[in-house]
Amino acid sequence: MMSCVRATERMSRALDQQLSPMDRLQLRIHTLMCKDCLCCHKQLIQLHNICQKRSTFDSDSDLKP
Amino acid sequence: MNSSVDQIEARLEAVRPRLLAFARLQLSDDALAEDKVQDTLLAAFESQHRFAGQSKFETWVFAILKNKLIDEIRRRSRELTTEFDADQVVEFDQMFDERAHWVSGKQPEHWVQPEASFQHDQFWQLFDICVFHLPKGTARVFTMRELLGVETEEICDSLGLSQQNVWVMLHRARLKIRGCLEKSWFGREAVPQ
Repeated sequence: MMSCVRATERMSRALDQQLSPMDRLQLRIHTLMCKDCLCCHKQLIQLHNICQKRSTFDSDSDLKP
Repeated sequence: MNSSVDQIEARLEAVRPRLLAFARLQLSDDALAEDKVQDTLLAAFESQHRFAGQSKFETWVFAILKNKLIDEIRRRSRELTTEFDADQVVEFDQMFDERAHWVSGKQPEHWVQPEASFQHDQFWQLFDICVFHLPKGTARVFTMRELLGVETEEICDSLGLSQQNVWVMLHRARLKIRGCLEKSWFGREAVPQ
């Protein structure tokens, strides 16, 4: 079984690029069996989404007359 | 009328140190960072009437700075450099045991209403503290990617880092920020009020 370090590395990379089908499958199998990594995966996605909400606030449209 | 001017000045003054710390991290040039923050505060002051409370004040000011920093980073692409230090893995290694599984007691815990967090200025204050505890190069890569929304290829080009280095830094940064926020923000639900 893939280690948690490698699983978390893949879940992080998945936020930056599309994983290969094999990487995605291995990650999925790991998180099906490891509840800690499943929890971590959800949180990394949530953090990514929260950060995007902070940074995509449209200041340009608010600065235009 | 004057009191509202005083009020906005006070709010801008309060947010200034954190804007400056963030700009310094991205630009590695204190004078330039100071300039960008001054521009941001001025722009926020001049357009204050357009801040109609649709979003939190700090988020609004931060977004103005963000756009100025992205312009500057693009303009200076390849002039910026950051160092990748493989020695900065100690805290990271403490998360996992020798079999590379989560250390007992450091496993992720369920978070309560994480999506609502971004609406709190206090959340972002804690978030920034967590970011500034990262090694400087890692903090810069993380904020470029997650807060400025720059793609990893462009981060590599700007900082002269390999794709692999950037992924390693983002991986470490995300796990550390996760752990830091779990302790400082999300964990507080467990504390009796």
